[in-house]
Amino acid sequence: MPEDDVIIIKEGVKVYGKQTVLKGISLNIKKGEIFGLLGPSGAGKTTLVKQLVGLEAVSEGEVRVLNQKQPSLEVIEQIGYMAQSDALYTELSARENLEFFAALYSLSRKERRERIQAVMETVDLTEAMDKIVSQFSGGMKRRLSLAIAMLHEPQVLILDEPTVGMDPILRKSIWQNFEKLKQSGVTILVTTHVMDEAGKCDRLGMIRGGRLTAVGSPFELKKEAQTDDLEAAFLVYGGEEHAG
Amino acid sequence: MRVKALVIRILQQFKRDKRTMALLVLAPIMVLSLLYLVFGDTTYEPRIGLVNSLDPVLEELDLTDAEIYYYDSEEEAQVVLKSRTLDAYITVSDSQPALVLEGSDPLVNSAVVSWAGDAFQPLTQQPEERFSATFIHGGEEMRHFDYFGPVMLGFFIFFFVSLISGVSFLRERTRGTLERLLSSPLRKGEIVLGYVLGFGLFTLVQATVISAHSIYVLGMRMEGNFFYVLLITLCLSISALTLGILLSSFAHNELQMIQFIPIVIIPQLFFSGLFNLDTISDAVSWIGPLTPLYYAADALRNVMVRGQGFDQIYMQLTVLLGFSLGFVLLNIMVLKQHRRV
Repeated sequence: MPEDDVIIIKEGVKVYGKQTVLKGISLNIKKGEIFGLLGPSGAGKTTLVKQLVGLEAVSEGEVRVLNQKQPSLEVIEQIGYMAQSDALYTELSARENLEFFAALYSLSRKERRERIQAVMETVDLTEAMDKIVSQFSGGMKRRLSLAIAMLHEPQVLILDEPTVGMDPILRKSIWQNFEKLKQSGVTILVTTHVMDEAGKCDRLGMIRGGRLTAVGSPFELKKEAQTDDLEAAFLVYGGEEHAG
Repeated sequence: MRVKALVIRILQQFKRDKRTMALLVLAPIMVLSLLYLVFGDTTYEPRIGLVNSLDPVLEELDLTDAEIYYYDSEEEAQVVLKSRTLDAYITVSDSQPALVLEGSDPLVNSAVVSWAGDAFQPLTQQPEERFSATFIHGGEEMRHFDYFGPVMLGFFIFFFVSLISGVSFLRERTRGTLERLLSSPLRKGEIVLGYVLGFGLFTLVQATVISAHSIYVLGMRMEGNFFYVLLITLCLSISALTLGILLSSFAHNELQMIQFIPIVIIPQLFFSGLFNLDTISDAVSWIGPLTPLYYAADALRNVMVRGQGFDQIYMQLTVLLGFSLGFVLLNIMVLKQHRRV
């Protein structure tokens, strides 16, 4: 595996107290790839994501992002992260939220204006720009949260269930945008439960009980599981027989 | 730049949350005003019964400053005393007056004894032998409210600032924005600094309004410089907000934050000079010097009651800032658990 891949995890182990959540995960993700992480809840998806973002450090092994060992402040600047919780200041307006996070990434006034407009168009929220976030619906909050993750034009986007609560039309337009970002060289890692989304990923990783049980393109996974349906493949790799 | 963004955001949040803003300013004003109304009156007028009022010695007693009732027999007075209509009665036998007190309220007891001391004085001493009292600070007209007012002023600022800052930081954790901040280039020190500055600005306004209300509206005794009062309350608020943020890391929700009030905040009141510190049991008297309020209350009294200047408060201010610095460092250590760099 080439050493200049954008995301490299070598034998990543994460222990919380007595519980081992990640049991030796190795994975390489190439530049400009859309990688989907699938697995039942509690499998360790979010934990893995947190090691990549730099919010936590692996107990054993190594995590490298953009050729630097995580956690590192320089790498953190290059990552756009969207957690499972929306992480918004609900008493502020959408614009105030965006202005705040833009300032944290030291965007100039001009850049800020342009980027805020651009990301809000992407998630189709320009009309709600000056609305207070507490009045947003769940889906709108999710979209604003995604907009914030893309605000500083990061090279790597790490998105923990980004499209939960969004309608299919919006989901489609957001995936078209991911495709655009991919073309410009952005690497995207998403966790998802939605099978039609998983089908749009270049490669998928099935995670179960803290181990990667399968990695490959949707086509490869379906072939190996001897099914023409991703959901069925998911059941095969996420099922008990592969549990560690 | 990043810190400025954080400060602006905190002030925006205050602007939107009018109710919290009102709580921070109006609640202390309301409680201090109530305290003034409850304790502001100068002295308690005891209700005294006189038995056997024909004795000539009674003529010599000074019976002003008390409500006096007359009874023919001690039994009669005793019944009234037990019904708590009287605070005490005086009997005279062989020209020797004796005082019988109801006795269940220590404040009333001391008021009665103090009154009786004055009343019986003509019997015990010649007027020319009476000594005169001179006050270095305070004076005859010094009220309870004047003495514990400065402590309460400090306490309420401490109480509300630590509670509100703790809850805001707790929310930052529970709704995931802290994680988002930590996944941005924001340094841990900058997060704490942003909170100190944002809340600091707000508490400066809060402290000014509350102090001005206490001094100029309620007439709390104020011998020194108003600017020093602000300086002390500002340093106290900073220690309160850094402590609040620290406490919030040990709470999982708002209710658990509230649970710190009786454990961490209220006890400070007991050891900060609200009660005479010399009478506190040795088993716990060491607690006082470990609490920020202890130093703030002392400094506030030095300025407000004793009219002293900077040379009498800079030590306390230094200790308060030391507490704040300690809390800041502890906060950064706690944040390290979230992100190592």
